[in-house]
Amino acid sequence: MAGMSIIVRTITRLLFPFMFLLGAYIVVHGHLTPGGGFPGGVIIAASFVMLILAYGTERVRKQVVFTRAEVLESIGGLTIGVLGLLGIIVGVAFLQNVFPLGDFGRLFSGGNLPLLYLGVGVKVTAGILLIFYAMLFGFGGEEE
Amino acid sequence: MGKVQRILSLGMVVIVGVLLISAVSLTMPDFGSFPRRQIGENVESAIGQQILENAPEQTGAANVVTSVVWGYRGYDTLGEATVLFTAVVGVVMVFRAVGRPE
Repeated sequence: MAGMSIIVRTITRLLFPFMFLLGAYIVVHGHLTPGGGFPGGVIIAASFVMLILAYGTERVRKQVVFTRAEVLESIGGLTIGVLGLLGIIVGVAFLQNVFPLGDFGRLFSGGNLPLLYLGVGVKVTAGILLIFYAMLFGFGGEEE
Repeated sequence: MGKVQRILSLGMVVIVGVLLISAVSLTMPDFGSFPRRQIGENVESAIGQQILENAPEQTGAANVVTSVVWGYRGYDTLGEATVLFTAVVGVVMVFRAVGRPE
């Protein structure tokens, strides 16, 4: 799929870091402000989708993005599982908080909630990107 | 459809609509009042009230929604993430089967 015009490319290039930053902010501050891993991950994935749509698929095809996204999604899922099992290992319930709570309202507070949301954010980003890649490259039959 | 039937059906729709709207508006809580789900007579033992009051101390998160989503109902959100994972696996499976050469 070919890219779009120079206007769209320029605007996309300027907009991409801000969109990525907004998504990362929503994921990281999930325990302080409205938002969290699910919407933040979708915003990060949308920023990548925007880049791919504007610049065409040739550049993406050269890199092994499919496997990378699969690995990232597994890492996100594993983070949640490991954090859940950590509670059992320590001796409390599954997914129960085992970290210190910290100062209320600061970035490093809330025990395992920010870590869980980080895992969810990575997982959602990689998952939405995987769906996009699969629909993009699936009918072509050129990957692998 | 004849004219009489149209008027009849329109009248039925209006009557049922008026009944439903009045039934909802008469039993709704007042504007701005927090509907409390009571267990027995004690208002303070309602679970929503308990979470609203105790969530900041128990989970340490400023966002009460987050403390419900991953703190009090972690299993639910784990299932939610599993649903997303299953959807992704299904989509990738279907589209890879289509794209694979014979």
